[in-house]
Amino acid sequence: MFVIWLLVISRTEMDKPETTLDTQMLEVNIGPQHPSTHGVFRMNVTLDGETVVRLKPAMGYLHRNHEKIAEGASYLASMPFTDRLDYICSMTNNLAYAIAVEKLAGIEVPERAQYIRVIMAELTRLVNHTLLVGFLLNDLGAFFTPTLYAFREREKILDLFEATSGARMMCNYMRFGGVKADLHPGFMEKLKEIVENYPRFLDEFEKLLTENEILMSRCQHVGILPKHLAVDASATGPLLRASGVDYDIRKVDGYSIYPRFKFRVPLGSVGDVYDRYYVRILEMRESIKILEQAMKEIPPGEFISKQGATGAKSPRTFRPPKGDAYGRIESPKGELGFYLVSDGTPNPYRYHVRPPSFINLTILEDMCLGCKVADAIIILGSVDIVLGEVDR
Amino acid sequence: MSYGLGILKGMSVTLKQFVESYTKKGSIVTVQYPEERREDVERFRNFPILVYDEKPEAPRCVACDICAKECPPKCITIVRDRDEQGRGLQKPKVFDIDLSVCMSCGICEEVCPFDAIFMDHQFELSAYDRMESLNYHQEKLLKPNSYLHQIRPTDATQIDAKLKAKEEAKKKTQPGTTA
Ligand code: SF4
Ligand code: SF4
Repeated sequence: MFVIWLLVISRTEMDKPETTLDTQMLEVNIGPQHPSTHGVFRMNVTLDGETVVRLKPAMGYLHRNHEKIAEGASYLASMPFTDRLDYICSMTNNLAYAIAVEKLAGIEVPERAQYIRVIMAELTRLVNHTLLVGFLLNDLGAFFTPTLYAFREREKILDLFEATSGARMMCNYMRFGGVKADLHPGFMEKLKEIVENYPRFLDEFEKLLTENEILMSRCQHVGILPKHLAVDASATGPLLRASGVDYDIRKVDGYSIYPRFKFRVPLGSVGDVYDRYYVRILEMRESIKILEQAMKEIPPGEFISKQGATGAKSPRTFRPPKGDAYGRIESPKGELGFYLVSDGTPNPYRYHVRPPSFINLTILEDMCLGCKVADAIIILGSVDIVLGEVDR
Repeated sequence: MSYGLGILKGMSVTLKQFVESYTKKGSIVTVQYPEERREDVERFRNFPILVYDEKPEAPRCVACDICAKECPPKCITIVRDRDEQGRGLQKPKVFDIDLSVCMSCGICEEVCPFDAIFMDHQFELSAYDRMESLNYHQEKLLKPNSYLHQIRPTDATQIDAKLKAKEEAKKKTQPGTTA
C-alpha cells in the first residue's frame, strides 16, 4: 500500500509542469454569518490555493456600547450588563466587576460569600471548558455529538445556577460586598452530585477524544503559538498556558480566597491546538479539586456585608470615593479586568473592560499563517472567543 | 497501527448511552415540552408583576418611581395618580413595563422599598406584534398576593411577616404621635 502511495506521490511531483499556470490569490470573507466563526465575526482571508497567506479579523458587529452605557448608569445597574459580555460565563463576569468595585470602594466581603463566589466561578469554568471542547469538535467536523454530551453536563450546572440566582445564563448574582442571595436549600447535595459525577463524564469524554486518531492528526502541530509571541501579545488564559507559560491569576494575584486551595496549573508544551484542548481538560479536573475543597470548608454566616446590602438596596446612594481601581480575575477565557474611575458620583467616570477573548484574538493571524483553511477554523475555535465580549 | 480503533471506542460510548437510555433512570434528559414541563424553581425570574393585597384598585405600589430610576434599560414608565384637586395620590395612574426591553435582571424587585414588584415565573408570553402587545399596562401586571404565594411560597411568607411587623410598629407609634 505504502509503496504504491509513494510512487503516486513521486509521480505527481515529477509530473508538475515547469512553467506553472498563471495563478492568483483569492480573497475570502469567512463570516460574519458563518457557523464556525462562533458569532458575528468575520475573517478576511487571503488564500493561495488552500493555504492562508493573510488573515485579518474584522470585529465590531456585536458592538452594544457597553462601556458608555455603564458610564451613564449606577454601579449596580451595570452588573446585569456584565452578564451579557461573555454570555457563557456570567458568574465570572459578575465576579470580576464586583472585585473591581470592591477595590474602588474598599468593601469587605464576608467569608461565606467568598466561598460561594469561588464555587460559582469554578462551576463556570467547568461550563465554559466543557462547551468549548464540544464546539471545537464541531469545528473539526464531529457534528454536534460531542457538543450535546457537553450540553447535557452543562445543563446540570445551569440548573444549580438557576435555583440559586434565578436565571440559567444571565445570573446577575454577585453584589458589591457579597452575593445577591444565599445558596438555595439543597444546593450542597446537588453540588456534591455534580462534583462526584463530573470526573466520570470527563473520563468518558476523554475516552472519545484524547487519543482519537482524527483529533490527534488534525490538532497536533497545528496553529502553534510560540511562548515569546504569546507573552508579547498579552495572551492570557488557557491559550497562554498551552504555550507553556505558567501564568494563572488565581496563583499570581491570589484574589478572593484562592490561596487557600490546593490546585495545580496545567501547562502545555508545544502550544498547538491539541495542547489547548488538553490544558482545558486538565483545568476542569483541577476545578473539581477546588470545588471539593470549597465544599468541605464553606462556613455558615452572612452572604453579604452590611455595607453591601445597603448599597444593593439603593444603588443611587452608592458613591465610591474619588480614585481609580483595576480589578481582574482569571476568567475561563483569560484575564478579565475592569478598570473604573470614580469621580465621587453614583456613576463611574470611566468604565473599561479588558476582555480576554478580544486580546487573544489579536494573534489569530500569526497562528494561522501557512495553515489550510480548515485549520484556521479550528485554530479560531481553540482560541475560545465569545463575540459578546470581543465587541462589547 | 490502531486505525479504526477510535471508531469502535466511539461507537461503544454511543451504544452505552443508547442502552442506558432505556435502562437507567434519569439518563433521558430531553423534556418533551409542552406535554412535559420542568419543575418550577422558586427563585426563577422572568418578568416583573405588581402585587396587590385586597383589591387591584389599591396596589402595594405607591408610585415612588424608585424602580423606574434604577431599572438598567429604563423600561418602566410610572405616572402618579392625582385626585380631583390635583394632589398626588399614593398609587400609580400609569404603570407600564415594556417587556421587549426588560432584561429580567430583577433589580426592580430588589430596590422596591414597599415590596410591591416581584419577578414572575410566567414565560409563555409570545405575541404577534412587538410594540403594543408586549408593553404591559398596570391591569395586566397586577396580580393578587395569593398568586405570589403560589409561585414563591417561601419568599411570600417572609414578606407577609415583614409587612405585618411594619404595620404593627406603625400602630404602636401612632397613638404616641397623636397624643
Ligand atoms: S413598584 Fe415599588 S419601587 Fe416601583 S414605584 Fe412602586 S413602590 Fe416604588
Ligand atoms: S427586571 Fe430589570 S429590566 Fe426588567 S423591569 Fe425590572 S429592573 Fe427593569
